[in-house]
Amino acid sequence: MLRYITKRILQLIPVLIGITIISFIVIHLAPGKPTDMASQLNPKVSQEAREQLEKIYGLDKPIYIQYISWIKKVATFDFGRSFVDGRPAIKKILERMPITVLINVLSIILIFFVAIPLGIKSAVRRGSVFDKTSTVFVFIMFAAPGFWLALLLMSFFGVKLGWVPVSGIASLDFENFSILGKILNVGHHLILPVLVASLGSLAGISRYMRQSMLNVIHQDYIRTAWAKGLGEKDILYKHALKNALLPIITIIGLSIPGLLSGSVIFETVFNIPGMGRLMVEAVFSRDYNVVMCGLVISALLTLLGNLIADVAYSYADPRIRYGR
Amino acid sequence: MGFFLLSAVFFLNTAFSDEDRPDFGGMFVTAGIGDARTLVPILASDSASGEIVGMIFNGLVKYDKDIKLTGDLASSWEIQNDGLTIIFHLRKNVKWHDGLPFTAEDVKFTYEKLIDPNVPTPYSGDFKKIKSLEIIDSHTVKVTYIEPFSPGLSSWGMAVMPKHLLAGENLLLTKFSRHPIGTGPYNFKRWKTGQRIDLVSNHEYFEHRPYIDRYIYKIIPDISTMFLELQTKTIDSMGLSPLQYKRLTDTPHFKKNYNKYKYPSFGYTYMAYNHENELFKDIRVRQAINYAVDKQEIIDGVLLGYGKICTGPFIPESWAYNENVRPFPFDTNKAKRLLKEAGWSDTDGNGYIDKKGKDFAFTILTNQGNDLRIKTAEIIQRRLKGVGIKVEIRVLEWAVFLNEFVNKKRFEAIILGWGLSRDPDCYDIWHSSKTKPGEFNFIGYSNPDCDKLLEEGRRTFDIEKRKEIYHRIQEILYEEQPYLFLYVPDALVSMSNRFKGIKPEPIGLGYNFIDWYVPKAEQRYKSK
Repeated sequence: MLRYITKRILQLIPVLIGITIISFIVIHLAPGKPTDMASQLNPKVSQEAREQLEKIYGLDKPIYIQYISWIKKVATFDFGRSFVDGRPAIKKILERMPITVLINVLSIILIFFVAIPLGIKSAVRRGSVFDKTSTVFVFIMFAAPGFWLALLLMSFFGVKLGWVPVSGIASLDFENFSILGKILNVGHHLILPVLVASLGSLAGISRYMRQSMLNVIHQDYIRTAWAKGLGEKDILYKHALKNALLPIITIIGLSIPGLLSGSVIFETVFNIPGMGRLMVEAVFSRDYNVVMCGLVISALLTLLGNLIADVAYSYADPRIRYGR
Repeated sequence: MGFFLLSAVFFLNTAFSDEDRPDFGGMFVTAGIGDARTLVPILASDSASGEIVGMIFNGLVKYDKDIKLTGDLASSWEIQNDGLTIIFHLRKNVKWHDGLPFTAEDVKFTYEKLIDPNVPTPYSGDFKKIKSLEIIDSHTVKVTYIEPFSPGLSSWGMAVMPKHLLAGENLLLTKFSRHPIGTGPYNFKRWKTGQRIDLVSNHEYFEHRPYIDRYIYKIIPDISTMFLELQTKTIDSMGLSPLQYKRLTDTPHFKKNYNKYKYPSFGYTYMAYNHENELFKDIRVRQAINYAVDKQEIIDGVLLGYGKICTGPFIPESWAYNENVRPFPFDTNKAKRLLKEAGWSDTDGNGYIDKKGKDFAFTILTNQGNDLRIKTAEIIQRRLKGVGIKVEIRVLEWAVFLNEFVNKKRFEAIILGWGLSRDPDCYDIWHSSKTKPGEFNFIGYSNPDCDKLLEEGRRTFDIEKRKEIYHRIQEILYEEQPYLFLYVPDALVSMSNRFKGIKPEPIGLGYNFIDWYVPKAEQRYKSK
């Protein structure tokens, strides 16, 4: 097992380098340069000033030279500085990460806590009124545009009823609160975003769970269990559920890179200073260093997430063992 | 977007009567869609950074409520040698927020950084026309220009930076960009990236202590969210879209708690023609298009009436504006006649006019993310169809739009807007020498008379003489129609009515911010 993991990790390195080369080329292919944003169509910026800017940042050199100097720095964990405000790219990303991860973790927990029982129940009572209404509900939530739902909920719970703050992650006088007060304040602000982030994903997980459960409860060993005269609870939750949960492990593994990526529209509407907004702003302002730093981190996490899913899967399911 | 204009300016108001003597205290919360980038004044080019910089720093000069230049850090100035030399007399009692005195050394330092080839400042252009800057004494500076340059005076509205904190620092990497020290009415307190920037009032401010103690700039990237925040009173002020201004604020709750303000913004929207394209070389064609498009209809439809028809490169509030230039009326018949004179008529009966077997067809390009421009393009498309011109619309991402199409002159017509400085000098936009890629006369407009006037305009200091020059420029440009000048939109702002002392003037609202106040009883968030 250990040898297998080591081998897999070593395999990640060339893949990662390949990813960086392709992303580097692609973002440089997009028309425009980081220096354009401050200077273009600004009647006060002269042509010489613009060329001088490009020289300062080394943007006048051929792309392979730019890549080599970039990768050299990255090897020492230096991701360079943002072209927008001159701050280290990694710092910009790290300060945006906690809130995105927090919201994603909370909403994944909420999704699993709601979607798994929902899926099981739908599978067991297949075709019942419950199955049908829950299906309709989750698909409506899936189909509803997130920003629209968000605005409706904000307008109703935030403005009309005044139960929750409309947007942002902390109150204006946050600095004056005690630690507990701060936690409660952030929690209060996160109710709506976590809810909206979860609603849309209920459909996927609950459908997976339902399907997987349906597959399992028609297996022979379940029929055997019924024949043995075991109780419904034992059969469903001990024998069936264990096996039905296997595919869900893969989904959890695959959602690890997703923990880092925020949705721009969602973050924009709720005014959450997270990764999604940072990355999109970086792309639009051609802030190469920040874009590349974000891409490297999420590529790494995707690869690791896949690896973890594979390993966890083989651990959970004795029928599958790798490396033999 | 911030609504305190880039060079947020302040004006001492002493005319309070006893009964409404303002109270100190309170907090003003405004919101913008973007975070600031850097608070180093000479590097700040986006509107959020500009707004904050305007609260923390001062320039030597500023514009007063009537858009006239007045002293800021300079108490007075003299123009000598026909405009070759400007001598600034600096205020003597000004201190930086850290307590050190402001002197001529700081002015010299700021100038040196502005022209330093290693400092990527977008503002170096006007300062490169300076031959030398000498310190006469600790509070007098003599600036000598290579040639007389009248917009130079207003360029000294550039915020002055403290030498003692920035000498020897790399301006791109310095901590100062997130912990600025200025001379202005507000001190920097805190910046939570992507969330908010907090300022507190400078009790030692040289004009007087601002009445409002705290100023908070919140970043809310979505304008609908911002509007919901306004309704829950978590922000006090925001810029409104025409729809929000007209309809959504028309509720009893809103009228009870907010005031709305409307004033012309300093910019205009236009459709520019590529003058290298055969279609638009004939002046009759350009004039015909102006007759064929109903500008008022665009203002009513797109801005819901909140704007004025644009009749040239100056806005009606500017002293350079020539009110004798009247907009072309909407007159389809006249447009058709002019097109016919230019050789365009519908010979094949397909509904579109043609010449030498080719239909009159062109594409309007504009950038993504600006609905107003896209809607404007659609209205123009419909009106031009009425005179037999086939128009297509293409919307492009900003960087692609500029680099692949505008700078390479690969366009037939584009819709864009110019934000204007307070000085009417528009040499860079209209002079025939400014047509290289990346320069602003990207339409390739060239008119020797206009060139001469533009050169004269920036050499002349006498405002009456300049007025004549710019009036003439406006006449030429509106007659020649290098652009289809469309509209000057209004800036629309709503403000909590707890704030008193607000007096809208041609310059806008923010010019007298230090005189705004909240009566004690209505103050929220008592500062600790």
